[in-house]
Amino acid sequence: VLHTTRPLHTTQQSLAPVPPLPEKGGEVRHGLIPEEFFQFLYPKTGVTGPYMLGTGLLLYLLSKEIYVVNHETAAAACILTVIIYAIKKFGPEVAAFADKLNEEKMASALAMKNEAIQILQTAIEEEKKEQWRVEGRSYLFDAKRNNIAMLLETNYRERLLMVYNEVKKRLDYQVAMQNLKRQKEQDHMIQWVEKNVVQSITPQQQKESIAKCILDLKALSKSAHAAV
Amino acid sequence: GPLSERPLMDVRLGELHAWISTCSFSPQGLLGAVQRAWSGYCAKYIHVRRGGPAGISMLLAGSCVLSYGWNYQHLKQHRWRKYH
Repeated sequence: VLHTTRPLHTTQQSLAPVPPLPEKGGEVRHGLIPEEFFQFLYPKTGVTGPYMLGTGLLLYLLSKEIYVVNHETAAAACILTVIIYAIKKFGPEVAAFADKLNEEKMASALAMKNEAIQILQTAIEEEKKEQWRVEGRSYLFDAKRNNIAMLLETNYRERLLMVYNEVKKRLDYQVAMQNLKRQKEQDHMIQWVEKNVVQSITPQQQKESIAKCILDLKALSKSAHAAV
Repeated sequence: GPLSERPLMDVRLGELHAWISTCSFSPQGLLGAVQRAWSGYCAKYIHVRRGGPAGISMLLAGSCVLSYGWNYQHLKQHRWRKYH
């Protein structure tokens, strides 16, 4: 059972982000003794207490020869002098160089992080844009539906036309057949009638008709002569 | 806090005996103590943004003192005086 009223993610995760390094280390006096020692002795002995302690300790070690002075002491003295001189002289430059290296590393890491954030930001915007585009899908579907309706209509009309053409062809054929049949019947009948008529004209009738024509022609020529 | 979980620096002188009796002297305990001390030293003096010579100089001084102590029997023979 998940209690939805319980707030989630209220505390920082322990692993990230890593806490940044402290700016300066613990205070050390003279490069050797931590400041805590001086603070520890301050309430009882004041400011000069640790120094007195150091001097007394040193004298005790020397006088009892717990610390033996030999050639190593001279070598240590020379080496320490050189080291301290070098640190005092070149310390700040080396520190600046190291700081610059650190700065470059930090800057490159920060740049990478910012670039990653930027990329993700643009990805988010792209996604939002895509979501906005999705809202227009109703228009897209309307257009597609119109297209499809158009196609269907066109197809239907094409087929209608084809049907019409085919039917017309068949009917024309029938009409042409009928016409042809009537024509043939007519021609045949005319021929048959002419043949019969020609047959029925006997030679007797032919002579009579020719004589009649000649008489008519003569009469006509007479009337024509008279007219002229 | 309770006595056994406090670091050594926060233990008062009167409680020192009681504190030593609470810490474990098994190998794991000692190793853990050494590791804690070392990591505490590193975190305080070495892993800082702007450290100075203090971090390693204390380590070198400590190693000088230790090596002097290890060679003390040999160095005792180079004393200048016989009676102190």
